[in-house]
Amino acid sequence: MTDFLQLIVSGTATGACYALAALGFTLLWQASGTINFALGEMVMLPAFIMLFFIGPAGLPLPLAFAATLVVSLIILGAGFKRLVVDPMIRHGVIPLVIATLGLSIALKQTVRIVYSAQVYTFPSIFSETLLSLGGAKLSVSDVGTVVIAGGLVLALQAFLNGTLTGRAMQAVAQNRDAAVVLGINAERMVLYAFLVNAGLAATTALLVTPVYLAKFDMGDTLGLKAFYAAIIGGFNNSRGALLGGILVGVLENLVGAYISPGYKEGVALLLFLGVILFKPEGLLGKAEERKV
Amino acid sequence: MLTRRHALLLSTALFAAPSYAADDIKIVDNVELSGTGVTSGSMWAKGVDLAVKEINAAGGILGRKIALTHQDNQSQAQVAKAVATKAIDDEPYVMLGPIFSGDVNVSMAVTEDAETPMIMGGEAANLTQQGKKYLFRTSFSQSSAMPKVANYMQKQGMKSITVVWIANDFGKGGRDTMVKELAARNIKVAADISTEPGQMDYSAVVVNVAKAQADALFVYLNEEESARFLIALRKLGYDKPVIGETVLASQRVIELAGPAANGVKAHVGLSVDAPNRLVQEFGAKFKAATGFASDHNGIKGYTAAYLIKAVTEKIGKFDRKLFASTLHTASFTAKDQPGLLMDVSFDAAGDLDRESYLVEVKDGKQVITETLPPLGKK
Repeated sequence: MTDFLQLIVSGTATGACYALAALGFTLLWQASGTINFALGEMVMLPAFIMLFFIGPAGLPLPLAFAATLVVSLIILGAGFKRLVVDPMIRHGVIPLVIATLGLSIALKQTVRIVYSAQVYTFPSIFSETLLSLGGAKLSVSDVGTVVIAGGLVLALQAFLNGTLTGRAMQAVAQNRDAAVVLGINAERMVLYAFLVNAGLAATTALLVTPVYLAKFDMGDTLGLKAFYAAIIGGFNNSRGALLGGILVGVLENLVGAYISPGYKEGVALLLFLGVILFKPEGLLGKAEERKV
Repeated sequence: MLTRRHALLLSTALFAAPSYAADDIKIVDNVELSGTGVTSGSMWAKGVDLAVKEINAAGGILGRKIALTHQDNQSQAQVAKAVATKAIDDEPYVMLGPIFSGDVNVSMAVTEDAETPMIMGGEAANLTQQGKKYLFRTSFSQSSAMPKVANYMQKQGMKSITVVWIANDFGKGGRDTMVKELAARNIKVAADISTEPGQMDYSAVVVNVAKAQADALFVYLNEEESARFLIALRKLGYDKPVIGETVLASQRVIELAGPAANGVKAHVGLSVDAPNRLVQEFGAKFKAATGFASDHNGIKGYTAAYLIKAVTEKIGKFDRKLFASTLHTASFTAKDQPGLLMDVSFDAAGDLDRESYLVEVKDGKQVITETLPPLGKK
């Protein structure tokens, strides 16, 4: 039982990181119809920016994170929207998907040129203390990750549902033309979605990199798992991203421990296929009808 | 005034210039400079670079300079084979690398067909058990190293061991050899757990390791994976002895895993902290040249390049067939060939023998706890 509890907590911590990244997918899709396949690299890049602020710039981790957050909002939020999404979106979703795939390669190779293909250590914001719960050893790092990631998702939910700006963002996501008629600055709401996505990516980097270690291709697995999690939970529902992420993280751990570590990596894909076949709108998503 | 004689001399000189380059000794390094093997490959390449720079600065080998090219095999077997095939077209004198056993496994047939010596960094036991005549190691084979680790476990009175290994040629070879050695010493394998190359999350593995309740844990993973696994072990509070072979206690893993590496015990074939003047001098030169400490792969690369020099000087000419036949059963002393750093001998299969060490990681450093003699001297 103690093993089971440990697996659930560490799986939830991993899943919460998938959820943060998955939330980025759902937000951008809802706000602007953007499918961003460079999301993994948008987690990798802040990790290296933070390393720069910690190393050459000599900042402590909290300040380095704050500085990285600002840079991420500018480059991965506003810059990504203005330079990649805005010029491409008018040509349809497929060209934009291809553009984000290209961006993913470009970001990886740029980091590889600057930092080499080597792996780098990354400091953790958590202490190495172990907590004991019913005989199970739980790491502060896992519990802290669940608290921060879960808190962020819930706070975002509260923001989207409980504030005027949040409701305006949802209105733009549901019907952009109607929102504009009501006097909502749709362009600004979409920009907010991109900024939130960049902030989530930087936070994910802060949480996962101490365990994954910083490497130019560290976003490959994360980006893919986040995409699966978003589809599993429901691409048009923010809470779905949380459910999808945690489901993937926990099931990966249980399969790895009780069946075989060899099958662990296939869990997300299997869930993804099941959802696509039997509930294509996702576990918490709503079926959408579109006129073509 | 330009006379016919001057013109002739000038044209001879002009044509002679490229002949200097043509006279260079072509060495191709088929190495993991990206992908999952980048940590090992980069170290190896820097070791080779340092040795080649020194050899060329000292006049080359038999008066000829080394022209070295590193070719990135991306840590992928099919790319490693393609690199080997393309390199052979340029008729290199010797091929260095690869480091990953899987990459070596597919490349060695190419060099064997071309009768070109290949000095590689792979450690899987089966590599030199296939009767190849042109394949040579720069480190212990798993069949030489694992008995030393198993002996250590037996001496410590350990009755059961959990084995965690990486599912590639290197890991599978190490796991098979280790399990055999444990069985020969009546040590029970409490759990036998495979992991994936490039694996990021080891929580489930650590839980299974703890559940097995063995006396100790034997870990046989590549560098990045070793570091991530040690971090996961520490994160979840695993407190039994953690034992490895070379990689687990390598400088790079210690650097990446940080405090999580403390307490790891391992058998290492090569260490810059070895009680050996030449090795320590190499360590200082490597650090001065690159800015970081060499691990075993840096030493392997360095000695690989110097092995070419040692063998060629022994045979007195550039002859690939003679090179290979001479290196089988050859012995070299560090006194005569300081670039080899340690006394070393090769057997008919291409496996090498030399002294090795038991180490423990303390305060982020390898501490040598025992020097083991070469197997041949036992």
